Amino acid sequence: MLKTPNLNKSSTKFECETGNYHTFCPISCVAWLYQKIEDSFFLVIGTKTCGYFLQNALGVMIFAEPRYAMAELEEADISAHLSDYLELKRLCNLIKKDRNPSVIFWIGTCTTEIIKMDLEGIAPKLEAELGIPIIVARANGLDYAFTQGEDTVLSSLVNSNNIKTKQLNINNQIPKQNLILFGSIPNNVVNELTFELKNFGVDVYGWLPAQRYTEIPLIKENDFVCGINPYLSRTATTLMRRVKCNLIGAPFPIGPDGTRAWIEKICSVFNKETPLLKEKEQNCWKKLSPYLSIIKGKSVFFMGDNLLEISLARFLIRAGMIVYEIGVPYLDKRYQGAELLLLERTCLELNVFLPLIVEKPDNYNQLERIKDLHPDLVITGMAHANPLEARGINTKWSVEFTFSQIHGFNNSKNILDLICRPLSRKTNLQSLGWENYSAHA
Amino acid sequence: MKLAYWMYSGPAHIGTLRVATSFQNVHAIMHAPLGDDYFNVMRSMLERKRDFTPVTASVVDRHVLARGSQEKVIENIKRKDKEETPDLVILTPTCTSSILQEDLQNFVNRASQNTEADVLLADVNHYRVNELQAADRTLEQIVKFYIEKFEKENSIKKIKTSNPSVNILGPCNLSFHLQHDIAELKRLLKDLGIQVNCIIPEGASINDLKLIPQAWFNIVPYREVGLATAKLLQNVYNMPYTKICPIGVIDTANFIHEIEEILANFNYQKNFQDYIDIQTRFVSQSAWFSRSIDCQNLCGKTAVVFGDSTHASAITKILSKEMGVHVLLSGTYCKHDEIWFKKSVSDHCDNVLITDDHNLIANMIASLEPSAIFGTQMERHIGKRLNIPCGVISAPVHIQNFPLSYRPFLCYEGSNQIADLIYNSFTLGMEDHLLEIFGGHDTTQIGIEQFYNHQKDGLTWNDEAKNELNRTPGFVRNKIKRSIEKFATKNNINIITLEVMYNAKELGET
Repeated sequence: MLKTPNLNKSSTKFECETGNYHTFCPISCVAWLYQKIEDSFFLVIGTKTCGYFLQNALGVMIFAEPRYAMAELEEADISAHLSDYLELKRLCNLIKKDRNPSVIFWIGTCTTEIIKMDLEGIAPKLEAELGIPIIVARANGLDYAFTQGEDTVLSSLVNSNNIKTKQLNINNQIPKQNLILFGSIPNNVVNELTFELKNFGVDVYGWLPAQRYTEIPLIKENDFVCGINPYLSRTATTLMRRVKCNLIGAPFPIGPDGTRAWIEKICSVFNKETPLLKEKEQNCWKKLSPYLSIIKGKSVFFMGDNLLEISLARFLIRAGMIVYEIGVPYLDKRYQGAELLLLERTCLELNVFLPLIVEKPDNYNQLERIKDLHPDLVITGMAHANPLEARGINTKWSVEFTFSQIHGFNNSKNILDLICRPLSRKTNLQSLGWENYSAHA
Repeated sequence: MKLAYWMYSGPAHIGTLRVATSFQNVHAIMHAPLGDDYFNVMRSMLERKRDFTPVTASVVDRHVLARGSQEKVIENIKRKDKEETPDLVILTPTCTSSILQEDLQNFVNRASQNTEADVLLADVNHYRVNELQAADRTLEQIVKFYIEKFEKENSIKKIKTSNPSVNILGPCNLSFHLQHDIAELKRLLKDLGIQVNCIIPEGASINDLKLIPQAWFNIVPYREVGLATAKLLQNVYNMPYTKICPIGVIDTANFIHEIEEILANFNYQKNFQDYIDIQTRFVSQSAWFSRSIDCQNLCGKTAVVFGDSTHASAITKILSKEMGVHVLLSGTYCKHDEIWFKKSVSDHCDNVLITDDHNLIANMIASLEPSAIFGTQMERHIGKRLNIPCGVISAPVHIQNFPLSYRPFLCYEGSNQIADLIYNSFTLGMEDHLLEIFGGHDTTQIGIEQFYNHQKDGLTWNDEAKNELNRTPGFVRNKIKRSIEKFATKNNINIITLEVMYNAKELGET
């Protein structure tokens, strides 16, 4: 078990624990992806356990006739008394009749992995019979955590031969090397980021995913691609290896510092100047100043569950916070290379110690370390939040960062909004004097 | 394969975990992949539990698939034994471990040689039983294990208490209005001069199980969890148990008579009739409510009831017998309890429906057009779609059905709560209906018209910008529109484009 870290200023330290931590199952990605890709349908092929998770995790969304469903496996499916092909055909026919989507995503789960259901083999056959593209993504809890679900879906999209071409502008000739950004974010944030780059003369050719499946851009050899989320390493690899794209390795546009570094990196690739970008960043920080005075000098502990942790920690350090530990489910040091460098540089410039990065953390051990360090804020999953609050430790629910708009200059304040809420609540309640609500502490 | 996106009862392991974590100092280890420990979130969120949920996962990953999970499971059990020193560790299989077909019992046997704690493998099959059945079985399994163990040690207390006493069997966490129901049940028993011996599993420790046989009889408040244990104890210790659930004034009276009878068999003669009379007429308001003019207006109104078998049957009977409401359809998702359910409600409704398909219920409700629905959260949302009011009477439920204030469903105070719930559902429906007849509230209209007519002189929005504005949430749209127009006027801009919007957002105060 890791002991409470010593202050470390030389270089980033990485540790790996047991992987016994709480996180969402990666199938949760259907929640935001079905909303993002408006003409899609997501079919999660799994058991009651998967269905129960989705039903509870998605809350009221489930009542809004979502474009996703479970193909619930029964005993006869497991023991192969029924043909997977015929069963899936029956269900997909129903989906086609009721919803008529432009694409059906099959989300493979732990169960389909263990019984080795040949989804990739069945899909092309059914696709031909149904006339609807079927894309298979293995977003299971055996291999992946939470947001990595989106990574598997996007990399399957790249892998599929079905990506339709749609020229955005027929009159203009398509430039030789297009820029395509990947990562699913709400459409207004897409527009904002596209606009930021356009300001400096960089045109975004398309986004993966687009608002509709039929609008997903054609990605071809030598195109430039850049990720906007830290958990898309598989998609990046697929784009580089399968399509032979050039990956722009940049920090992620989270926080004003990250956004500026992201724009600078992309612009440098296209040989564009970035006049007034620094001023823009400073202006953004200025607007954040009411928040900064609240968080300055406060300490944070990331238990880790959604892979946004390193970017968020880097932003919070720049904003004046002290980060003790960055728990993270999985770290691709190559894909996150630029982000890790920026984290190191940030710590160096501010002359603060480098946080410990703990991959595959062990929640039990982390709770011991939290007890020792008593941080001002623990960013954690809902399983630990209330028990920690009952022990007088402030928490922020990590999943909220996944579902909020956090990219670009303008949305930086949303992140600090989330961070400040528990901190200012504590100030409000402090005068009451009741801190400890646990009978067992 | 079944196309589904909603289920009324969860997978089997949830039932096991509900029972395990209701005991004190019992730790459950799930044999499951990453992300399956969602139970911890539910317990921590819905019940707002202050303590860490004593459930950990022994994570099934690729390595486990390749090498088997034997060492890992055993290590995890031993580790928890050291870290938390629980009395009992329950290894909980999931859908994943069901398919792996590893000999989990063997791991349990091996681990228990090196642990202070007892170790049990929950005997539930994911593909055969649901959450409620699994909870019932797990409780029976734990009780059976310990009475056998304690019998061997000769540490079990067999002498009955001098005054009549009961065990309450089945209450476990994440049950509908559980804490309030227990409090109300205790109050009733105190009034009847009966002491509570043990409540199992909620809040009980393993050592409490030694005391079980000293109670005179057992109470099973809800059919879903606890019946199997009650039957076991009847066989082993010849302990009688109650079969009536005290929901509503009539069944509360029946329940008390049932207790009277059980006590009589112990040669303990009691007559609770006066107590029932006073409670019914003066403590509970519900019987008087049935007589009042308000309730007269409910006579002949129609309703559909759906939920677990305990609550759905009880509410059906209250509606039809106590309020004169015409129950068009009464149903349950507890398919395993079909025979009992049919028998208990068929005299009080037109039709009985046993299903776990929410679409079927939605269709039935749509075609029957009742004036009110009493069901689960799913029926509440069906009601929203169809504009029919719904009172929530059964799990599955959201966080708002774990109220902070005192809201029992059982016994006399429970009958008041239910009367309020029923009456409020129907009057709300009436109010809506009357508003519609008289032209509705007109305030919302005013706001909308203002919004669309509001047009600053010389300002136009291009289509792109209009679309973007329409994508913003309705409740802030007006505010955003105004501030962008303010920005445009200030900067002498006539046509609002996307660019103007973003500049406004960045430089302005939106």
